[in-house]
Amino acid sequence: MKSSNSQWKAELGERVPDHLAAELDVFEHEIALKKQGKIEDRVFAETRLRRGAYGQRYDNGQRSDGKTTRTLNYPSANTKGPNTLWDAPGMQRIKIPFGGLNATQLEMLADLCEEYSDGIAHITTRQDVQLHFIHIEDTPALMRRLASVGITTREACGNSVRNVTACPIAGVCREQTFDVTPYAKAIAYFMLGHPDAQSFGRKFKIAFSGCKENACALVRLHDFGAIAVTREQDGKTRRGFELWVGGGLGPVPQQARLYDEFVPEEEILPLAQAVGRVFARLGEKKNRNTARLKFLVSKLGIEEFKKLVAAEREILPYDSRWTDYLKDVPHYAEEPLKPPSLLQIGAVHPEGFDKWYATNVYRQRQQGYATVTVALPLGDITATQLRDVADLARKYVKETIRSTVEQNLVLRWVSESDLPALYSELKRADLAAPVAGTIVDVASCPGTDTCKLGIASSRGLAGELRMRLAAKNAELDEAIGSLRIKISGCFNSCGQHHVADLGFYGVSRNKNGYTVPHFQVLLGGEWTNNAGAYGLAIGAVPSKRIPETVDRITGRYRAERLTGETFQTFIKRIGKVECKKMIDEFTAVPTHEEDASFYSDWGDPREFTLGDIGVGECAGEVVFPIDFALVACEREVFEAQLQLDGGNIDKAALMAYESMLHGAQALLKFKFLIAPEDPEKIVEDFRTQFYDTEIFFDPFVRGKFAQDFFKAHESAGIARTIETAHQLIEEAQLFIEACYSCYARMTAVPAKVTA
Amino acid sequence: MDTDAIQHINLKIFVADAGGFELADAIPVFHQWIRDSVCPEMLIDVADYGHVAAGPGVLLIGHEANYSLDNRENRLGLLYNRKAPLDGTFQTRLGQAYRAAIEACDRLEGKLKFDRNALEVFINDRLLAPNTDETWQALRPELEKFFSGFTIQRHGEPRDLFRVAVSAKV
Repeated sequence: MKSSNSQWKAELGERVPDHLAAELDVFEHEIALKKQGKIEDRVFAETRLRRGAYGQRYDNGQRSDGKTTRTLNYPSANTKGPNTLWDAPGMQRIKIPFGGLNATQLEMLADLCEEYSDGIAHITTRQDVQLHFIHIEDTPALMRRLASVGITTREACGNSVRNVTACPIAGVCREQTFDVTPYAKAIAYFMLGHPDAQSFGRKFKIAFSGCKENACALVRLHDFGAIAVTREQDGKTRRGFELWVGGGLGPVPQQARLYDEFVPEEEILPLAQAVGRVFARLGEKKNRNTARLKFLVSKLGIEEFKKLVAAEREILPYDSRWTDYLKDVPHYAEEPLKPPSLLQIGAVHPEGFDKWYATNVYRQRQQGYATVTVALPLGDITATQLRDVADLARKYVKETIRSTVEQNLVLRWVSESDLPALYSELKRADLAAPVAGTIVDVASCPGTDTCKLGIASSRGLAGELRMRLAAKNAELDEAIGSLRIKISGCFNSCGQHHVADLGFYGVSRNKNGYTVPHFQVLLGGEWTNNAGAYGLAIGAVPSKRIPETVDRITGRYRAERLTGETFQTFIKRIGKVECKKMIDEFTAVPTHEEDASFYSDWGDPREFTLGDIGVGECAGEVVFPIDFALVACEREVFEAQLQLDGGNIDKAALMAYESMLHGAQALLKFKFLIAPEDPEKIVEDFRTQFYDTEIFFDPFVRGKFAQDFFKAHESAGIARTIETAHQLIEEAQLFIEACYSCYARMTAVPAKVTA
Repeated sequence: MDTDAIQHINLKIFVADAGGFELADAIPVFHQWIRDSVCPEMLIDVADYGHVAAGPGVLLIGHEANYSLDNRENRLGLLYNRKAPLDGTFQTRLGQAYRAAIEACDRLEGKLKFDRNALEVFINDRLLAPNTDETWQALRPELEKFFSGFTIQRHGEPRDLFRVAVSAKV
């Protein structure tokens, strides 16, 4: 905790805008009250979350060192939320609306990551910046310093409107309909702190895209996604948006539904407000697992949802801010620093320039200018590099910088003849890796490195894959090189694994009496078309065998693809059975004695554990019938996917439901040796023995997976659509994962706790 | 400037010979330090930034301080980053940081060889100690007193943390 914290308010003075200064005074006051025990934990937790101050792994004061679970003896017994210790380091998320940054802001981020964090700023998959290992009492000073350069962390976390994202090349894109930047900016600040956005049961994410085809904004995985479109009316070209609502990833991914093909520009802000009101009024509040807008849209149906929003829109009191900004939109434009120029063809360029130019340079719609991507390994950038980018942003462009959902930075408006010089300067700063938008540029959430929810080390795996793929980058043909890999540490999907060509999310398996880190493999997600399709799970592979799995899948694609065949088409053509065969040989786990490395995760030598669970008492070679039964359940889910692909919706739904039933039955058999066969009785016994007792509960989503099972049972035999069958399959997959986790908890000996 | 108000002293001792020891090799070592509670500070976790060129390397995150095998400017060294304020004078705090860094180097010696005559001192707080002439004028006597017989040189640009290089006189 910094001893200078109390001095920053006076030091910064009027550099902090009044409204932000007032908010931060309140937050500082709330911290003081919490220290005096005058604010409840759950209230303070939401308070700090709404200022972007998030919890971090081990903040409950327990940490396994690979052998035993130890108590972390923080000095203060105070807490900053339920089961969250005051002195435990946390994560600070910093909202960057539409990813827009200037040089001064980069320099401030550099200072903050040095002084309060670990020297690294991390770009997230939603264009935010995150700093880790921050003490809660440092956050007001940190926030004041951010406010002094025009950045607020307000509503970066919590049940609020999160960072508004947009294409990082909006305004310079060759394919865009129009520049969405001013709209993204307007909605970000309109919804920030808006009274109608303060009573959500869950977060609300907004994205803007300039076109339908490209991926930059991933509109279809957002709660409220707008794609720029125009319409000819009365001889005039009118601007508007194709609006999509109710998309989201997480444990139950759903693609957004089309709300309207054309929402006029003047209606986009009031419509967002009306959607917010409906979400606040009717969205689930008690059960976080079904509280996102996607569940409300599913429950009501899109037509009923639209009716409710339209009714709400009708009664909204007029707000001049809905359209005030529009008068400036026609004049909105970034300015270049230098006149346009062309890159000299045939000139001798610095070594490595051509490769970098091919991957990291985008020719803008404005002739003579290019956008340069600064590819960051795992989204990480040092304080020194932030200052280097700030310097380059002043030297070559007019500080026109954006962060991207691929965890990189871009510099826009580079005069083309400056590209070789800029490349050389980036190279000196170790920022010229020629990997932007390639398979090497692996995206990942923080995973077990710092996230409380992480199951497996997504960053560890991402780092390993990046290192291996970079080593053979030059040999990769274009079809392989342009694939996307995205990794999440758990089913919550912060790494956006659903929309990758090759997606992975962390799970665990009980093998040979130990818990072994695994990753579920998802193939065929669609990154383009604004996240046009989600991949489906093929099977779980031990973490340490994922690199071989990637080699096998990409190798087969290289060898067998037809001319011009995309990866998604290739995966569809060979079919899921073949896909599964490709990974099957990598699913075996050697015994601990044969190869102990399988029992720890990438970049972490500790023996892998789920929470405080240690080595099971049944360590050895014993295999229980439940091991086989759960594998059979996985197979059933997989076959359900095949049935769905084949258009057999009812059969697919039935198989998915039966896989859940069999998973529940397997747990009952494991516990009592015998289990009923009658579905009603299985559900009843499972409810009594595993749900009511909370044995089955996940530490974070609690009883959600069991509730999905009960819901599937209640609706068994009812006709389903492709969409609801797909959702059932996803729920079945997660229910089986939860069965595995429950089994792991039941067979493990609680670790010894030492102070 | 009241030098006794200055906190958050960092000290980096450079590696003379890494002898094949790589950043990743520090990960199990630091996990072992946590397990064995070898430091006076409460140790929490290990953060690996080995994938970032010229970066903070591998950090052992503690409550009162971080230790790291730091690779900023592509110069490998053991960095002690004092986070929690300490009582006493500037001399007391500098002494604490120096001893903590030296003890950490002692633990790593054998795996790495350190040049204990080549180190840097930072003040990780721009408000208390901006990298200005005024700070340099105020701290120079304090630093010369502690590192008697060594050459002390101020480094860096105004945006950097206040930083001095300390080396043996030749």
